[in-house]
Amino acid sequence: MSISEYFQLVVSDYTLRTITLGTAVLGAICGMLGSFAVLRKQSLLGDAISHAALPGIALAFLITGAKDTNILLLGALVSGLIGTFWIRGMITKTHLKTDTALGLILSLFFGFGMLLLTFIQKQPNANQAGLDKYLFGQAATLVEKDVWLMTTVTSICLVVLLLFWKEFKIMLFDADFTKTLGFNVRFIDILITFFIVLAIVLGLQTVGVVLMSAMLLAPAAAARQWTNSLSMMIFLAALFGAFSGVFGTAISASQNNLSTGPVIVLVAAVFVIISFVFSPGRGILFRQLRFRKNRRDLKLQKTLQFMHSIAVTHENIEHPHAIRILNNFQGFTRKTLQKLEEKDWITLSGQQWALTAKGFHKAENLFNQQNTDEHATD
Amino acid sequence: MEKIAVQVDDLTVAYNYKPVLWDIDLFIPEGVLMAIVGPNGAGKSTLIKAILGIIDPIAGSVAIYGEPYDKQRKMVAYVPQKGSVDWDFPTTALDVVMMGTYGSLGWIKRPGAKEKKAALEALEKVGMLSFKNRQISQLSGGQQQRVFLARALVQNASIYFMDEPFQGVDATTEIAIINILKELRKAGKTVIVVHHDLQTVPEYFDWVTFLNVKKIATGPVKEIFNDDNLTKTYGINYKVAINK
Repeated sequence: MSISEYFQLVVSDYTLRTITLGTAVLGAICGMLGSFAVLRKQSLLGDAISHAALPGIALAFLITGAKDTNILLLGALVSGLIGTFWIRGMITKTHLKTDTALGLILSLFFGFGMLLLTFIQKQPNANQAGLDKYLFGQAATLVEKDVWLMTTVTSICLVVLLLFWKEFKIMLFDADFTKTLGFNVRFIDILITFFIVLAIVLGLQTVGVVLMSAMLLAPAAAARQWTNSLSMMIFLAALFGAFSGVFGTAISASQNNLSTGPVIVLVAAVFVIISFVFSPGRGILFRQLRFRKNRRDLKLQKTLQFMHSIAVTHENIEHPHAIRILNNFQGFTRKTLQKLEEKDWITLSGQQWALTAKGFHKAENLFNQQNTDEHATD
Repeated sequence: MEKIAVQVDDLTVAYNYKPVLWDIDLFIPEGVLMAIVGPNGAGKSTLIKAILGIIDPIAGSVAIYGEPYDKQRKMVAYVPQKGSVDWDFPTTALDVVMMGTYGSLGWIKRPGAKEKKAALEALEKVGMLSFKNRQISQLSGGQQQRVFLARALVQNASIYFMDEPFQGVDATTEIAIINILKELRKAGKTVIVVHHDLQTVPEYFDWVTFLNVKKIATGPVKEIFNDDNLTKTYGINYKVAINK
């Protein structure tokens, strides 16, 4: 099946539609909440939480003996939350730094989870097969009920986000200041963290424990490149996340059922690479182009400055001079002279040049940042 | 008798086991422009943070006009150290200044036209109106400091706490800031500033507190800003040391 066939099938096929919708919604909520994680410099918290969820899944299965998704995810939620609170506790109560606490909890919980998984595999119960799909995720197992759950959580999250928008924003930017204003910073913090844990748990079935953090971070990192507004960043991150979900599922389904989680994450990574290179404000490409242009402009200005130094010695600043005079000075070519003429800073006639009034004014104010700063009034 | 704007009783703060502030008693009269001076690690920022409830003290109490801080929040404005936030945060200068209005708005309610007007006025006061839509990472250090100051001005408080507002700013910005602080004092406000440059203390401030874990002295600059207190605070005879 090719990708275009896939998109035709999405319209008609119920299962494919469910899966596509599910990964799209998941991508959106992850992008949205991932923006918060990135801006709080808690990028690795997501990784720790998702790994910490694994023993919860195994324990939930051991206790109930059933493979009901909701029960397994409830187990994941509980153990993810326990992991989160341990991390926070370690950071506040001991001398350990954040990265150490995250690393410890991540490997400890993941190790315990793997141990439980192998233990379950040895059991004579035939029901255990498929628990390991939570490691890398399997979008094909999504059913309508799961999509409804994701949509409900995403909607609640969106309402909370809109309601506490101002509080979230100020807390992300300046927590100390927020505290002096009388806002309960702890409450806002726990609210954000809770939703991040929730989003991660929802994604475990589709993307899996190991790669879940990329779902949070990649769309947000890509979105940050395109905008300097928080609301726009969150919107773009949700959009990028949703597209990663859809395209990832499409590629995975059309290419011999490649494992969905890794494909979605790779698609998200493509968004990141494109954003890093091509975004107009912060992208590498345009930064380099701007840098080159600035260098060319500086050369022009140097030449103009030299011309100005000659022109000021005359009463009439527009008095023509021989181009040959400039030979004493290394910073010009025919092309730079043409450029200067294009900008209306000089006039050329034959082997002579003359400053214009505009060029003279420009040269006078070349180093006066107050007046020539073009952005000053924007 | 003049009113006491801030009263600190027996304030003790410790990180882990080491005391950072030890048994501080402090009265700050209304309407002074006060510098807190002391060596690195003397607890100057910690004192402000403890007064504002950002850090929990081990012991002691703080009163703002005779009431606990929680009840008097709206009378207090705060300018944190410039380095305490990420200036690459996706927001504009105007947006940061608007944050000063969030306290009076309370939970959930969004800022409206009135708040925006106040923020624009504050930006104008600090000479940053033309930068209102600038992404904050594209501001110079001095401009960022001015934005922070504008955010505090918007709080329209009676008492201003500022943590090193002159750190890393050029002469123009320093003069602009000190003129605003003097204006605040003229309007009857109380301004408390963590300050590093001892040279400018007599010129800028009328009240000073010497701090080095313990409070060394507090009072009018004219009376207590002398070699004796400087030596007690810094452990060296400051004036002799620089004249060498």
